[in-house]
Amino acid sequence: MSSPRDVVITGIGLVSSLGEGPEAHWQKLAQPGLQPMLEAARFAPYTIHPLPEIDWNLQIAKRGDQRQMETWQRLGTYAAGLALDDAGIKGNDDLCATMDMVVAAGGGERDEAVDAAILAASESRNDRDVLLNEKLTTELRPTLFLAQLSNLLAGNISIVHKVTGSSRTFMGEEGAGVAAVETAAARIRSGQSTHILVGGAFQTEHSDMLLGYELAGYLHRGPWKPVWQRQGADGGGVVSGSGGAFLVLEQREHAMSRGRKIYAELGPVVSGRARRSRGELGAEINALLAQAALPNGELLAMSGASGAHAATTAEKAALDANPAIAARGFSTLTGHMKEAQFPFAVALAALAVDRKAAYPVFDAATEKPFQGVPGTVLATAIGYHQFEGMALVNAA
Amino acid sequence: MANLRDHMGRPIVAVTGIGVVTSLGVGKTDNWAALTSGKSGIHPITRFPIDHLNTRISGMVDFLPSSSKGASPLTYELAETAAQEAVGEAGLNSGDFGGPLFLASPPVELDWHERFSLYNSDKDDAGAERLLRVARGLKELDIFETTQFGSIADRLADRFGTRGLPITLSTACASGATAIQLGVEAIRRGECDRALSIGADGSATAEALIRFSLLSALSTHNDIPEKASKPFSKDRDGFVLAEGSGALVLESLEAALARGAAVLGILRGCGEKADDFHRTRSKPDGSPAIAAVRAALADAGLGEDEIDYVNAHGTSTPENDKMEHLSLSTVFGERIGSMPISSNKSMIGHTLSAAGAVEAAFSLMTMREGVIPPTINYDNPDPAIVLDVVPNKKRNAEVRSVLSNSFGFGGQNTCLVMAREPV
Repeated sequence: MSSPRDVVITGIGLVSSLGEGPEAHWQKLAQPGLQPMLEAARFAPYTIHPLPEIDWNLQIAKRGDQRQMETWQRLGTYAAGLALDDAGIKGNDDLCATMDMVVAAGGGERDEAVDAAILAASESRNDRDVLLNEKLTTELRPTLFLAQLSNLLAGNISIVHKVTGSSRTFMGEEGAGVAAVETAAARIRSGQSTHILVGGAFQTEHSDMLLGYELAGYLHRGPWKPVWQRQGADGGGVVSGSGGAFLVLEQREHAMSRGRKIYAELGPVVSGRARRSRGELGAEINALLAQAALPNGELLAMSGASGAHAATTAEKAALDANPAIAARGFSTLTGHMKEAQFPFAVALAALAVDRKAAYPVFDAATEKPFQGVPGTVLATAIGYHQFEGMALVNAA
Repeated sequence: MANLRDHMGRPIVAVTGIGVVTSLGVGKTDNWAALTSGKSGIHPITRFPIDHLNTRISGMVDFLPSSSKGASPLTYELAETAAQEAVGEAGLNSGDFGGPLFLASPPVELDWHERFSLYNSDKDDAGAERLLRVARGLKELDIFETTQFGSIADRLADRFGTRGLPITLSTACASGATAIQLGVEAIRRGECDRALSIGADGSATAEALIRFSLLSALSTHNDIPEKASKPFSKDRDGFVLAEGSGALVLESLEAALARGAAVLGILRGCGEKADDFHRTRSKPDGSPAIAAVRAALADAGLGEDEIDYVNAHGTSTPENDKMEHLSLSTVFGERIGSMPISSNKSMIGHTLSAAGAVEAAFSLMTMREGVIPPTINYDNPDPAIVLDVVPNKKRNAEVRSVLSNSFGFGGQNTCLVMAREPV
């Protein structure tokens, strides 16, 4: 039963190593046996999924704006622009000025050359705090700070795309993406908002972004393997990817009144925080599955599994325990996109219900085929280290 | 029987616990005594060497066990200390809070001391390659945790037994107010009976100071530190970087009354509006700030003439104070010259991610105590800014309602309206 306050998806902006835009992603992902785009040399022993070639001018018209950002902010601003375009909101001043925004963000890129020079100098200096002052005061580009601040991705989206109803930035890896979608949906359902831009971006082609995983040994090393097959291999199982995913969520009535195409309806969004050190993760995933109230019959699941050994094992066990679920670990093809992971999962789920077709298996050895038309698709993001979330995405 | 719903039929949100830490001390009692006697917490920097620095003063919190341990540990301790005070005052079980957590905190990065020690624990290769190799050999998660944006909230969730996935957020200098707004909204939507909203910032590292300094945002009045923060003065020259935390226990009025809790104030309205003008400067016509103030008043169901006092953002930067004056005069018209408007930042500096929460805590105390803390260092008024800033000395006044402003870098503006009584 549809209701005027349903949350519907009217815009999708995607960027990954596979390309940009919902159509390009659908075309690629619908090909059986698609091989991932990989970069194994640049950050060896780590493999990553790199950004595709992007003409930033297409979504960020002013060169001055582009110069004020590093790649992470550009990527997010670009993906946000794609979503706004797709929803017919870009350039519509009234809709942009009343549009709310929740961005899931980590931090931006540090200056690797400055950092490396300071570290090199630290080998022969004992007054390291003085060294720090000396180098940072003279070598940091003043505006770089703004390109690093978490909330400035949202700030740039306001500046470039004029989205100014409200602007909030959630931080906290995959959980930030889950909370962003969950909060946005709750605002629409309660009548607090009619249309919201929600999403995130992750730029992994920077040593600090790899370090963020590797301080706990989370990255997979050596030859690449599909996301479900990394147990026992060198390293921690995560292969990261650069990418971004933004969604325009809209109140059904609002979308219909302006005659927009609706990709899908966003059903329940559920989230949790298992105390993993106490072994609660498996039970938490099962509790979330129960809370999401899965429909009867065969169910396609777009899993955001990262490959991190413990979390991915727990998720796989929970999904495998339900024979009706056919999971697709999309990180096999895109890599793990941290804050963007959950919005990306929801976007892929929406595309499947819109196209009335399931994705083929991304990993023939571990995934099973899905027959029929997916009326509902499950999207998951079980954090590589902490926080969990899921959503059901229904046919419009 | 009190009315339990507001003018829009939503549950009224009460405050039942308040906690605060600033450079003036730990807890409401010490902070309030200092704040109302016009005492400044701004002092010379001792945490790190000041060689090569143009700004050598701050409002750092130097008296906690974690004060020298880096931004993540200190931010956690600040948040935990303020939350403990708030939850204790609310009379709730401090290990089983039973509602969601909203944490405003600074973005995290690998601390330079950790970077140096990791790098120098090995001799092979150089730069990032060496760091990554050393990193994957670490046996403990301590350093890793300091680089995860969700870890401080995760620890707080364990400590206080909050419910569900905790939200960590940043809207720059408006973050603390946004954390409160998220709690208010969750209660109004009926998702919970109570929420714990915290703003905490212990990120005054050398690099943070240098970054703000390179943007010309900081005061360089180093000689008399306690005089450096001078909001609305003609010779103001930037904000003073500071640390602190504020925590509120928010509760539906119905739930608070049902369990016999003391109601300390009401969170009546929240308003926000983003600016699309520039990364550090606000739109010259002040329209986003004006819209945020108006949205907060509308959400609270109060007219312009029903605000008794404004707790200003008042950073002491040339830009903010001018723009804040412009926007307040636009909203309040003629009345602006006679409304008390003071800036806590004149005494505690700018606590960044914590500011909105710290200042909400002080706003609530202003109403409860019937005392308005002054704007200190107001010796040389800016003739272009005609405001009653409650200059230099506290003022006794009956304050029934407060508007608290928070305007952030990156154009994120959030305003809160608080009231003494539920009506």
